[in-house]
Amino acid sequence: MKITVNGEDQLLDGPISVSGLLVQLGISGGKVAIERNLEIVPKSAYENIVLADGDRIEIVHFIGGGA
Amino acid sequence: MTDQAIEKLGGVAADDAMGDDRLIIAGRTFSSRLIIGTGKYKDYAENAAAAHASGAEIVTVAVRRVNLSDPSAPMLVDYVSPEKYTFLPNTAGCFTGEDAVRTLRLAREAGGWSLVKLEVLGDEKTLYPNMRETLRAAELLIKDGFEVMVYCSDDPIMAKELEDTGCCAIMPLGAPIGSGLGIQNPVNIRLIVEQAKVPVLVDAGVGTASDAAVAMELGCDGVLMNTAIAEAKDPILMAVAMRHAVIAGRAAYLAGRMGKRLYADPSSPLAGLI
Repeated sequence: MKITVNGEDQLLDGPISVSGLLVQLGISGGKVAIERNLEIVPKSAYENIVLADGDRIEIVHFIGGGA
Repeated sequence: MTDQAIEKLGGVAADDAMGDDRLIIAGRTFSSRLIIGTGKYKDYAENAAAAHASGAEIVTVAVRRVNLSDPSAPMLVDYVSPEKYTFLPNTAGCFTGEDAVRTLRLAREAGGWSLVKLEVLGDEKTLYPNMRETLRAAELLIKDGFEVMVYCSDDPIMAKELEDTGCCAIMPLGAPIGSGLGIQNPVNIRLIVEQAKVPVLVDAGVGTASDAAVAMELGCDGVLMNTAIAEAKDPILMAVAMRHAVIAGRAAYLAGRMGKRLYADPSSPLAGLI
């Protein structure tokens, strides 16, 4: 299964949940926000939502930034 | 600078004469009227030291993609803690209302905060705001439950429209972002301050301490800055300077300056001259 994460193609052995994806990428879920096909995925749904082929995922966090 | 030297210069709280003068934004109360950005610093450690030295209680932060090739890279929140500072997610770099709304929805999900800074840019060279898009995005965000502090042009009519839309703070630029040119149009800033019923903060354009004092003397409720501190040769010392400038400018505004005269007026009495 192929999905896009932050603009990069990722080949995964499906099926995989959002939580599973974070583990695979080595990202701690507490400090990020996730968008799946332009829809925000609530943290409470990370376990239950299973990714589908072609999904476009954005994983963002806070960085330094000003005015 | 050593911590001790910073405390000596900047550790003194506002004098008692200032009373309980506080900045209130969307029902939240702050002692400091200085908001600082967290961009352009050498590293997060310097950033944290400058934030501490500035006395700021609010810091702006950006929302960006996690670096997938190095997810364990240092993170802002490990140095500048959201427990200690109010994080103000901003939409710097967004050129459409949709981008801004999308960014802030993600920010709310990541941090759980509804107080945000909206900034919709219109031009890459000047980073001047696109006010039509800004107004549209403000409406969308407010409907969605956000409390919006808005970066805007120094046009009093646009400022009024943003306030009428429900923005909780109006933040006109003093000069282009990152230019350090100081307050270019004090007349407009004063007009915006006079008419506003919500806090007005100069956002962008401050270059040195006197610029921040000028903004506060015009009656602004606060100042937001990033580059003036981050690009100073000694950012920590400049953070201390800005802390004092904002306090001094505020005190001067509250004190009410003397009238200007065209000619001299002696300070010593003329009666009893020998």
